[in-house]
Amino acid sequence: MIRFESITKTYPDGTVAVDSLDLEAPSGQITVLVGPSGCGKTTSLRMINRMIEPTSGRIWLDDRDTGRIPAAELRRGIGYVIQHAGLFPHRTIIDNVATVPYLLGWDKKKARTRAAELLEQVGLPAHFAKRYPAQLSGGQQQRVGVARALAADPPVMLMDEPFSAVDPVVRDQLQDEFLRLQSELGKTIVFVTHDIDEAIKLGDQVAVLRVGGRLAQLATPAELLNRPVDAFVAGFVGRDRGYRALAFSTAGRLSTREEPTVRLGAPVPAGTDDADGWLLVVNDADEPQGWLKLGESGADGEVVTDAMLHRGGTLAHQGGSLRAALDAALSSPSGRGVVVEEDGRLAGSLTASEVLALIENPLPQPEPQP
Amino acid sequence: MILADSSSSSSPLHFWGYFLDHRAEDLRWLWDHTYLSLIPVVIGLVIALPLGWLSRRYGWLYPPMVSISGLLYTIPSIALFVMVPPLLGLKSLDPLQVPIALTVYSVALLVRVVADGLASVPEDVAQAATAVGYKRLSLLFRVELPIAVPVIAAGLRVATVSNVSMVAIAGTIGQENLGRLFDQGKQLSTTGPYYPPIVLGIVLCVLLALTFDLLIVFGTRMLTPWRRAVVGR
Ligand SMILES: Nc1ncnc2c1ncn2[C@@H]1O[C@H](COP(=O)(O)OP(=O)(O)O)[C@@H](O)[C@H]1O
Ligand SMILES: [Mg+2]
Repeated sequence: MIRFESITKTYPDGTVAVDSLDLEAPSGQITVLVGPSGCGKTTSLRMINRMIEPTSGRIWLDDRDTGRIPAAELRRGIGYVIQHAGLFPHRTIIDNVATVPYLLGWDKKKARTRAAELLEQVGLPAHFAKRYPAQLSGGQQQRVGVARALAADPPVMLMDEPFSAVDPVVRDQLQDEFLRLQSELGKTIVFVTHDIDEAIKLGDQVAVLRVGGRLAQLATPAELLNRPVDAFVAGFVGRDRGYRALAFSTAGRLSTREEPTVRLGAPVPAGTDDADGWLLVVNDADEPQGWLKLGESGADGEVVTDAMLHRGGTLAHQGGSLRAALDAALSSPSGRGVVVEEDGRLAGSLTASEVLALIENPLPQPEPQP
Repeated sequence: MILADSSSSSSPLHFWGYFLDHRAEDLRWLWDHTYLSLIPVVIGLVIALPLGWLSRRYGWLYPPMVSISGLLYTIPSIALFVMVPPLLGLKSLDPLQVPIALTVYSVALLVRVVADGLASVPEDVAQAATAVGYKRLSLLFRVELPIAVPVIAAGLRVATVSNVSMVAIAGTIGQENLGRLFDQGKQLSTTGPYYPPIVLGIVLCVLLALTFDLLIVFGTRMLTPWRRAVVGR
């Protein structure tokens, strides 16, 4: 547990970066500090490991006053990840990761074994060990940064916009892996970002800060989307917060309609009059692959191939969120969102209006469609 | 025979014959020249490290430090050589005269080089090093200086090579080193210009400077395998 007790930071030039902040980051959870640029997020974070000393107030690490722990000792027990990873350019990847174990006096072999383990854990191939940071992409460097922070297995991790500098696809992937790691490790994490979507995706609780370093709201992501305390938070959370809040509501078991399908490699069926011409294509394992538009391709006797498929629709999982279901319906070329079981087999389909009906009347579940 | 020939010919191309005739003396001067050029750079670096670190850490120190070292560099070397003994109470032509004067130049050049080298360490790398728990001294020696090696080495090349030429100037006021060859050339030019010792002095000085330069370049490569990794990718 990390607890800010009326922390204020005034820089020598008079800037009040953080103003009497009271905040508790519970053990084993991700607390996200989010807010516009300059609202004091980095300052708050760096006061935890004493890279910046507060002007007044105290920060507690469990029952210890951080101000009374020697700075270097405190820091070796706190993992720290920053935007551009900040890897040591003159050291190989493995030695970068082993930095804190070396500092703690572990013997070289043990430190390297541990570092190699971590490289694997963050999803980097073993042969990267001997490379230098400049030989890695931004996303890979960031993984090394995370591995370095985890090396001595610190109970606490501080992360300052760790995924902001990588491209969106990689960022998404890094975020997912980060959540997976955290579910295994259960660290106490304070995570800083200016990106509200990231805050909502990653946070167990989110602290919204306003410029001047004042806490505007501390809440779970769902609460933040549903009940922002004031206009600032509502504005920051965004106009589409209603839609995004759906990510936190589940519909239980979705009642889907049965969807006629055709298998990859089977002959293209002749168009039938009653259907709209869209036919769902599945593979041998009954997993949806994409949509086939009848009459568009496939002369007599042709078989269904990958090349004929319209992909693009997202899949919703049984038991998943309403947002995913709505998204599947809206993104489907046929207008029918594809729902799959947890093992990936086709469950059925659902239209956007059916999802909307579910949103409006969560209970009881609507009647099965004809 | 060749000996007589070479001593008597005043053609610039006969410097090699001149060298063979005076080999023992020339080699001794070459050796003197070598350590007189190197020692000031080594001592200069040792003094410049803390000064450069200070002017990096306390930003306000940097501008005056750079101005003062620039000013020192504008003092003609001959003047500095002449001034050192009376200022420090040494006798004229004291063996410390040259090393002390050149150390002043080396420090003047290297303070700035060290400060700039430390400034070449990316901010986020320095932050990360602090955050993982390096204390100040080990931060300097284990992270900042190794990363500053390329910048500092470039400064060492300049300092060493310019020392080679300044040591030669001390030779013309009587200190034992390759500079004496220029003095000899001047004294032997009684009836007409006598080139061999002068050309020999130039050739040996250039070779010495080139050797230092190559050694520093080579040493830098050894110390910075990580830079080749970047270039070679
Ligand atoms: N060393 C400093 N000296 C003076 N002002 C600073 C310093 N560092 C940050 N600030 C100011 O403090 C405020 C908060 O900065 P920071 O914590 O970096 O914000 P954030 O990380 O949320 O963008 C900003 O107004 C910033 O300009
Ligand atoms: Mg910041």
